[in-house]
Amino acid sequence: MAEKSVILKIKRQNTPASKSYWEEFSVPYRPNMNVISALMDIAAEPLTRDGKATTPITYDSNCLEEVCGSCAMLINGRARMACSALIDHLEQPIRLEPFSKFPVVRDLATDRNVIFENLKAVKAWVPIDGTYDLGPGPRMSAEEQEVAYPISRCISCCCCMEACPQFNESTGFVGAATIAQVRLFNTHPTGKALERERLAALMGDGGIQECGYAQNCVEVCPKDIPLTRSISEVGGQVMKQALGDLLRR
Amino acid sequence: MATPKIIVVGGGLAGLAAVIKIAEMGANVDLFSIVPVKRSHSVCAQGGINAAKNLKGEGDSTWKHFDDTVYGGDFLGNQPPIKDMCEAAPGIIDLLDRMGVPFNRTPEGLLDFRRFGGTLYNRTAFAGATTGQQLLYALDEQVRRYESEGKVKKYEHWEFLSAVLDGNRVCRGICAMDLRSMEVRTFPADAIIIATGGNGAIFGKSTNSVVCTGSAQSALYQQGAFYANGEFIQVHPTCIPGEDKLRLMSESARGEGGRVWVPKKTGDNRDPKAIPEKERWYFLEEWYPKYGNLVPRDIATRAIFKVVFEHNLGIDGKPMVYLDLTHIDRKLLDKKLEGILEIYEKFVGDDPRDTPMKIFPGMHYTMGGLWVDFHQQTNIPGVFAAGECEYQYHGANRLGANSLVSCIYGGGIAGPNAVKYARGLQALADGNGCFDAEKKRQEESNSLLMNNQGTENPVKLWREMGELMTKDCTVIRYNKALQQTDAKLVEMLERYRKINLSDRTMWANTTVVFARQLYNMLQLARVIAQGAGMRDESRGAHYKPDFPERDDKNWLKTTKAYFAPDADEPKFEFEPVDTSLIPPRPRKY
Repeated sequence: MAEKSVILKIKRQNTPASKSYWEEFSVPYRPNMNVISALMDIAAEPLTRDGKATTPITYDSNCLEEVCGSCAMLINGRARMACSALIDHLEQPIRLEPFSKFPVVRDLATDRNVIFENLKAVKAWVPIDGTYDLGPGPRMSAEEQEVAYPISRCISCCCCMEACPQFNESTGFVGAATIAQVRLFNTHPTGKALERERLAALMGDGGIQECGYAQNCVEVCPKDIPLTRSISEVGGQVMKQALGDLLRR
Repeated sequence: MATPKIIVVGGGLAGLAAVIKIAEMGANVDLFSIVPVKRSHSVCAQGGINAAKNLKGEGDSTWKHFDDTVYGGDFLGNQPPIKDMCEAAPGIIDLLDRMGVPFNRTPEGLLDFRRFGGTLYNRTAFAGATTGQQLLYALDEQVRRYESEGKVKKYEHWEFLSAVLDGNRVCRGICAMDLRSMEVRTFPADAIIIATGGNGAIFGKSTNSVVCTGSAQSALYQQGAFYANGEFIQVHPTCIPGEDKLRLMSESARGEGGRVWVPKKTGDNRDPKAIPEKERWYFLEEWYPKYGNLVPRDIATRAIFKVVFEHNLGIDGKPMVYLDLTHIDRKLLDKKLEGILEIYEKFVGDDPRDTPMKIFPGMHYTMGGLWVDFHQQTNIPGVFAAGECEYQYHGANRLGANSLVSCIYGGGIAGPNAVKYARGLQALADGNGCFDAEKKRQEESNSLLMNNQGTENPVKLWREMGELMTKDCTVIRYNKALQQTDAKLVEMLERYRKINLSDRTMWANTTVVFARQLYNMLQLARVIAQGAGMRDESRGAHYKPDFPERDDKNWLKTTKAYFAPDADEPKFEFEPVDTSLIPPRPRKY
């Protein structure tokens, strides 16, 4: 009996400026494999399916437990993490492509630095006075913690941005992940101090108004973050502030 | 004098803690990381962070935390810095709380604490079962704030290659490589802090992240830094075996009541839930009635090995035992353990709320590391180290939930100490020659690799090394096997010279980067194997059946390996352990 194998079709690109092309690979099947282990197998034996020598695939990865946010790519057309993409659950040939809305670095690795810039723009932090000993933080109820914690699990993978029809060059939309972080920090008793600045950063072009309510974001989020709820809540805050600003003028 | 410039290498908890302290002191800081710092390995820590806050009316104290840590580490740790860490821990929790870490709360709105291994107190603060992620994010956010104020400059997607040392072997900066353009460049600094984590990749599959190769530590060891207690490797009792890595199943699962068991009869392949209570063997609870499932990790790991390999009671005849949570209320599980249950569900496909999990021990933590003094400075002036990459806080075995606190504490004191050192540093006298020389050395090593025409694939060689190290250098160690391991490592270093990179391009070439790491891993693997071979006793995670007892007379000392360039191999010296605060006593749980 022939050994079972896994067939992958991988979209490759050597440099950010060069043209992309496809290569097909076949690696031996083992139970419990994920996309990452298939990519590791290719690195150990860098041959295409028809036996032609090629280079190992460049891709981002680190924790392999879906908590670092590195290995996001398009797998059979869907934005998701490669580590938690189990081969047994995927239709073959498995198509791997880099995210389409972020600059390709090489092969499946993309430059997603924009999310960190966005987090800077909305001041996604608690403005503490300093790291010296100032005693405990503000008291919080278990209920408040239970609202904050799920949002705080965002791994900045950018799947929500890739899947969003509004996230593109013409809108400059900031994306769901960043808006959810605004909600998180606006909820925190000390974080609230920067609420006005955060909301101001979400006004105007590329801000929260660009959201078209397609709801793709919640569908692809690997961490089940309440993204649409966060958008509507923050949308309300932005509206209120904008109105207030208008009246005060 | 001018404002000091500090370079921090590594953006996990220790590195970020150092960066924040340095920025706060008004010094300049550059932060280098292979991955965007928010994606560092600290995110994988699950269960929690220890601090004797005594919020449960149990009479806990920082002294008891200190005693548990020293005793858990089988008295190999120098005691004064461990004591300082335990005393600082409650303040660290407060700080994290102020930074907005969503710690679980009690009904009164205070921080909740749970039990972890190696203690009888509820001393572990936690944010669900993704505490490391939450802590890292809190520090990452503060660093981003400093970055936006221009006080921190990040170099992400850069890999540390070596320190730049002047004619007096004083550190003057680093040499690093841009992982995209492959450019090799030197960066001057008055002091550097290494915070590059553990070395799990030396064991092939481990619970560590891909970047945890120990490459930076090894490079520094090859430049003259001492590497201490390399033979102490923690094998975590409960991991999910996988094709690409071993995924951690946090100790918090047992902290919340999880029970470890096997069917009493060999070959009993019934569905676990169909096996009645009296036909299950809760071996940890039977063997260790006081601590039960919460004995320290080295002890739980050896017990599992015994049950599987001596009693032949592994599930389905395979090396696996059950970790059972099914008797616990689902709502409670979701509130306190969701993150880890989700990992099991996603990667195995079973719901641990309904089905006992199948787990087995796996390489998890590097107790040893760069030797540092009580100020976190290595023996190379100007090179500091903090976090898992140094050896200082955990002795022969780390207690669960002590790693996060040691990272933040170590980073928090390394930062100010590096600034202090930098303020007293004499300016470089002999020009910039050392920078050019180091850059040239690293470029040559790259071009050697790139032009090599051999037959050895780096990934295959790495897998071989990992299997070898896991087999002979983890839970159970025999001198003969350790000698053979070292001989095989020498062979592999020889084969490394015939390495063949299947990628010779000069853009985002992950193959050449990995090949460089592999070389450093091989060199460090020898330190681990030889250190284990020399230590003829059993202590903490280091266990030799031929020497089953701890031997304080001969081995209550720190192993210090240093690299002998001419012989191209490690040499060793030993240093007494500072046991000035708690006299060593037998370790019996």
